[in-house]
Amino acid sequence: MSSPTEPGQAYAEFVKGLWKENPTFVQVLGMCPALAVTNTAVNGLAMGVATLFVLLMSSILVSSLRRLIPKQVRISTYIVIIATFVTVADFALQAAAPAVHKELGAFVPLIVVNCIILGRQEAFASRNTVWLSAMDALGMGSGFTGALLLLGSLREILGKGSFFGISLFGPHFEPWVIMILPPGGFLMLGVLLLIFAWVKERRQHTSEQAREEAA
Amino acid sequence: MPDEKDDQQPLVQIGPGGKQGGGLFETLRLVFTLTLAGLLSGLLIVSAYELTLPRIEANQAAALRKAVFEVLPGTKQMQQLIWRDGHLVVAGPSQKAPQPGSSVYGGYDQAGKFVGYAIPAAGPGFQDTIQLIFGFNPARRRIVGMEVLESRETPGLGSRIADDPGFHSQFKDLAVEPKVVLVKGHGDKANDVDAITGATISSTAVVKIINKADATWLPKLPKAGQAPALVPSKGKEREIHPVKPPGGPVPGGNSGK
Repeated sequence: MSSPTEPGQAYAEFVKGLWKENPTFVQVLGMCPALAVTNTAVNGLAMGVATLFVLLMSSILVSSLRRLIPKQVRISTYIVIIATFVTVADFALQAAAPAVHKELGAFVPLIVVNCIILGRQEAFASRNTVWLSAMDALGMGSGFTGALLLLGSLREILGKGSFFGISLFGPHFEPWVIMILPPGGFLMLGVLLLIFAWVKERRQHTSEQAREEAA
Repeated sequence: MPDEKDDQQPLVQIGPGGKQGGGLFETLRLVFTLTLAGLLSGLLIVSAYELTLPRIEANQAAALRKAVFEVLPGTKQMQQLIWRDGHLVVAGPSQKAPQPGSSVYGGYDQAGKFVGYAIPAAGPGFQDTIQLIFGFNPARRRIVGMEVLESRETPGLGSRIADDPGFHSQFKDLAVEPKVVLVKGHGDKANDVDAITGATISSTAVVKIINKADATWLPKLPKAGQAPALVPSKGKEREIHPVKPPGGPVPGGNSGK
């Protein structure tokens, strides 16, 4: 494994996936699982972790083999690699957490077509060292997991009155049922995208002001 | 940001010209790469499958055992019963997984006395197949419990067939003759089931599935008092092979569901 070209580059590759290039709230990728399996916090977390595992393993393998995979069949090879790890993750989930596996249902195999994974292989892992690719995958995967956990938690709290299955408001709470249905997913995602965009703009504005004052 | 030194130079340089000497070699290289990828992928997948299979089967058997104990109150032991050649026989040890729709379960109390049959059944629901299991007491000709094993109904509405206690309590002492009837609102007869408000289709599906299973199994079950006796387990855990009933997904795997 080669060392990063500059000091701190590995850290930078990791951190960018968490906020600046967050797959869900900035790149707006992987919307299908982000909307479909975030009806509870634990489902969102499980899907995020499964995706992180697949992304990390695929990136490491693709990066290790980047000089051996011919250009003409690279996408096919990436898909075979990704699909293999998704299948392994599916079996592991079924064995270790059957209840969660039942909840996620068909969406675990659909990780194969999650744009984040194929996108990172093509854009990064196929052109960078194994170590940097692993950092990139960890960052993107963690950013995705965090986004799904946030989305799932909010939808569960409002739509069911519970958090990770623990009832928060007691039996007389009237849940906002739409939050655990697909339209609620869109609504909550829209609100979060708005907040993210607004915070980003404020920060940009503040740093521009600081630069003007320094000049 | 992407480093210039790490471009896509292949390890083996091919000769000039696409269609001449380099062409065939290049094509073979592509075929070889994909074949190798497929082989290694298959190997990894099969290894993962073999590794996790015991655990997955144990999980499925445990879930089934739990469901049988729920739908036949008082059950402490159970065994699998298979319909073969016109008779209900006890499934032998290391029995291969029976055909869908050919198996029920017998529930027995701590002393080994017969409690009832647990009958798995499946059918179309509002969104997808509903799989359930219900307990039947042949002496009283009544259903004594019902559990939904798998369903994909609308959360908050149809999904209540699985977790609504008011709906479930109606299956604790339900008559089956002439058949179970779904009633909107409130029904008074012993074979009436009140539908869940806002989940009529899911409730109807449950009743339809039960009626169909009754029509299939009730004629086959032995008369009251002639249920197969509990085969001594000799201290070993009795093997239960979860069998997906007909109309449900293929047993043995969940991928592609």
